[in-house]
Amino acid sequence: MMEITEGSHAVAEAVRLCRPQVVSAYPITPQTHIVEDLADFVANGRLDAEYITVENEFSALSACIGASAAGSRVYSATTSQGLALMFEVCFNAAGMRLPIIMSIANRALGAPLSIWNDMQDSISLRDSGWLQFYAEDNQEATDLHFIAYKVAENPKIQLPAFVCFDGFILSHTYEPIDVLSQEQVDRYLPKYNPAEKLDAKDPISFGMYATPEYYLEFRYEMDQAQKLAKDVIAKAGKEFGTMFGRDYSAFVEGYHLDDAETALVAMGSICGTVKDAVDEMRAAGKKVGLLKIRVFRPFPSEEIAKALSKAKRVAVLDKNISLGSKGGATAIEVRDAMYGSATPVKGYILGLGGRDIRKKDIKEIVTLCEKGIGDQFYGLRKELI
Amino acid sequence: MAEKKKTCELFDCGHRACGGCGAALAARLVTQAAGPETIVVNSTGCMEVFSTPYPETAWKVPWIHSLFENASAVASGIEASLKKQGRKEKIVIMAGDGATFDIGMICISGAFERGHDFAYICYDNEAYMNTGIQRSGATPYDASTTTSPAGTCSFGNKRPKKDMPAILAAHGAPYVATASIAYPADLRQKVEKAINTPGPCYVQVHVPCCTGWGFEADQTIAIAKLAIETGLWANFEMADGQVIKVKKVVRKPVEEYLKTQKRFRHLFKPKRQDTEIAHIQAIADRNAEKYNLDIKLKKESS
Repeated sequence: MMEITEGSHAVAEAVRLCRPQVVSAYPITPQTHIVEDLADFVANGRLDAEYITVENEFSALSACIGASAAGSRVYSATTSQGLALMFEVCFNAAGMRLPIIMSIANRALGAPLSIWNDMQDSISLRDSGWLQFYAEDNQEATDLHFIAYKVAENPKIQLPAFVCFDGFILSHTYEPIDVLSQEQVDRYLPKYNPAEKLDAKDPISFGMYATPEYYLEFRYEMDQAQKLAKDVIAKAGKEFGTMFGRDYSAFVEGYHLDDAETALVAMGSICGTVKDAVDEMRAAGKKVGLLKIRVFRPFPSEEIAKALSKAKRVAVLDKNISLGSKGGATAIEVRDAMYGSATPVKGYILGLGGRDIRKKDIKEIVTLCEKGIGDQFYGLRKELI
Repeated sequence: MAEKKKTCELFDCGHRACGGCGAALAARLVTQAAGPETIVVNSTGCMEVFSTPYPETAWKVPWIHSLFENASAVASGIEASLKKQGRKEKIVIMAGDGATFDIGMICISGAFERGHDFAYICYDNEAYMNTGIQRSGATPYDASTTTSPAGTCSFGNKRPKKDMPAILAAHGAPYVATASIAYPADLRQKVEKAINTPGPCYVQVHVPCCTGWGFEADQTIAIAKLAIETGLWANFEMADGQVIKVKKVVRKPVEEYLKTQKRFRHLFKPKRQDTEIAHIQAIADRNAEKYNLDIKLKKESS
């Protein structure tokens, strides 16, 4: 059923339909509407869950660990400073192989304090073991929650997942959304029934410490699960497409990419702006295309290398920066994916802390890339430096 | 060859605690009181490390360790999870004094304020023993630790113990108690009460540490007893914020306790520090007054 609704509300509805048994979250802008909606659902009997109003994000995710280990489907949501406060718990949840799903309404990290959008928060946790999905629009933001639960809870995977969507740009924007029914979601997402849980009938120990004789293999198995997740995500995305008409089996999506001389690479809501800019540049006779990355962990290196194999040059847009390195995380990883190729890959750091990106900016980046200029910030206000 | 005796302990043998470890004894006594229908949440620390080197575990009840500071938040999640599934297991947190008095304080305050149903057992050995005997908020006045060493300009730890029972009673905890491994029946009874009282309950257990405090392994119980007999550790129970029961003693001077341990040796050698000993005696006297510890002897009362 199509509804015109706010991104946060659509995500909250999707979470409700996933039937989490425990919700544990702490309010933070711009994630608040989601946790307010979920509290409202619980208060009015629309969601049959225990809702823990924790004292901070660190405890939000810690409570999720306990709830998940005891065998329940759990949910949390956060962003920015909240996610940074969870840093230690994020690594712990992944290491304990607990399929927790957390929405991230992407926001910049302080200092200076900024409530506006970029992706520094979730990107900074790319090594934590969590699967990472990024949505272009609110339909995708909602749908990816169903897929995330399905993949994370797969006994072969057992890893937590972030579903990321741009704060304010998506979380506070009204769009038409196809809202699934409970019956539809129940058919797609079965009840969570873990093989192992905290249970007096079958006592096991969770979270033991590992000496150097054991630790390395734990990390190896997590990495294997990430790699295995590629196949599981593809299947879950395809099944979703078969059932509901929106296929998410692909990790990357091309837009006018086949004959593109300049290929732009991006994640999240900026892809919409890029598509419009591509349309205008194509109309003006410029062979430009977009490669949108939907899954950042596991990182789809082979798919990216294949999709970009025909491009003459690549311009990667990053709403994050690994300070003191060659640039943004996406550019660095795309360049690694294309190692051995003669195609130049240029990175552009843009939109940090909510700086607006318009079609003309995308066009200007294409021009810069054509001239071989890149690996730099884009859109700096020179008078402030 | 003697046949190996099978145990039915829920905290079983084979763990790696030091001989004479007070915390290991506490784990045994607490699980005896809790019984098999219990989920244990352990913070990072000595107990977690000596009981669960992968792939071995000393725990015969379901057990989870997540991080140093989050045991009460993890327990909150377990409680919610069990409630949702209609399960009845009891939840017991086992956390050291560092995890309780210091790093876990925010999580504890949040969980107690929300009123989750669990028993929080703090095994208090009065310093960070797992990392090599550093001071915590539970370290007593003048104890020498590796971060509060006694020296030519220092008598050791400069602050008295934080009053955690009062802090948790102020959160509205329905049952708060202190206990000692020197009195196992009393300890078990208090743990049972903490488990069976709905809501977040707290029991702080005094567990001497031969390695950290500096005494022979066969002296653990004797020293735990002396702590109570000198009034430096008060065993009491609080219901809804009011002290309802106290273990009364005929008090001994504090130096009988202090001189048994290397952590207080600087108070006696190379020379006796009368002012410092008097200061510690005053702490015991205040405890005695606050909790009404003293048994009045006949000759005094006449």
